[in-house]
Amino acid sequence: MLGVVVNLNHPAHFVHWGFFQMSISNLIAIIVMLVVFAAAILLPFPGHRRRGGAS
Amino acid sequence: MSAAAAGGPPAAEPAMKPTWTGRLRAAALHRWPPERLLPDVQPTYVASWIYVFGALSLASLVVTVLSGSVLALKGPGWWHFTSVGHFINSTHMWAVELFFFFMVIHLWGKYWMAAWRGGRARVWMSGAVTFLVAIPCALTGYVSQQNFDAQWISTQAKDAFNSVGIGAFFNLTNFGQMYSYHVLLLPVAVLGLVGAHVLLVRRHGVVPPLERGRVIGS
Repeated sequence: MLGVVVNLNHPAHFVHWGFFQMSISNLIAIIVMLVVFAAAILLPFPGHRRRGGAS
Repeated sequence: MSAAAAGGPPAAEPAMKPTWTGRLRAAALHRWPPERLLPDVQPTYVASWIYVFGALSLASLVVTVLSGSVLALKGPGWWHFTSVGHFINSTHMWAVELFFFFMVIHLWGKYWMAAWRGGRARVWMSGAVTFLVAIPCALTGYVSQQNFDAQWISTQAKDAFNSVGIGAFFNLTNFGQMYSYHVLLLPVAVLGLVGAHVLLVRRHGVVPPLERGRVIGS
């Protein structure tokens, strides 16, 4: 499905800063993990405030 | 007919014989009484998204095991050359991706809330070891694909293993050995560790969040 949207039929692209080297796909996965981690801490849990007390 | 049914006093409970099964049952019931093993309520602080990622990891693991079982039953000719085989193969791969995605966020969350507090050191250690064992479990899957990708990865990885002197024990180019590790030895280890981890969480309860302004260990 992703191949329909993005052409994946080529060698991986890499970022390279000094000693640091990583494929773009791995870098995106790590960034998404950090975003989801931050969202999990910051976003309110649905229904928690309404119920109150022990859930 | 029993004494109670006959109208007499109820018979006394027979004393437990000192067998290993009896002692094991008594110990298990002491550590995991039913209401603790399968609780129907959780503390208020569990109502947070950061507490969801352990369960998401478990759900991903279930999909991984189910899809992997189908792949093991059908074989490489099926997963490479049929449309349903492609789908199950992709399901297996993405379930593993999500397993590690959720497990890493679960690990970050537990690390930053110092989840080893309150006598939970074994809970933390069992989770950390599960993560470490899951890595070779997934990597042996890469070299079990039966395609050029697997050949490339195995021939590159064998040099790394040989360079540290363990190539004689883990031969990355030996498909039979890697497949056995991937579908039996390492999954059994991961499932056993996850089972122990969940039982320890049930035993000690979900770790509470850190209290604002309180110094750990004080």
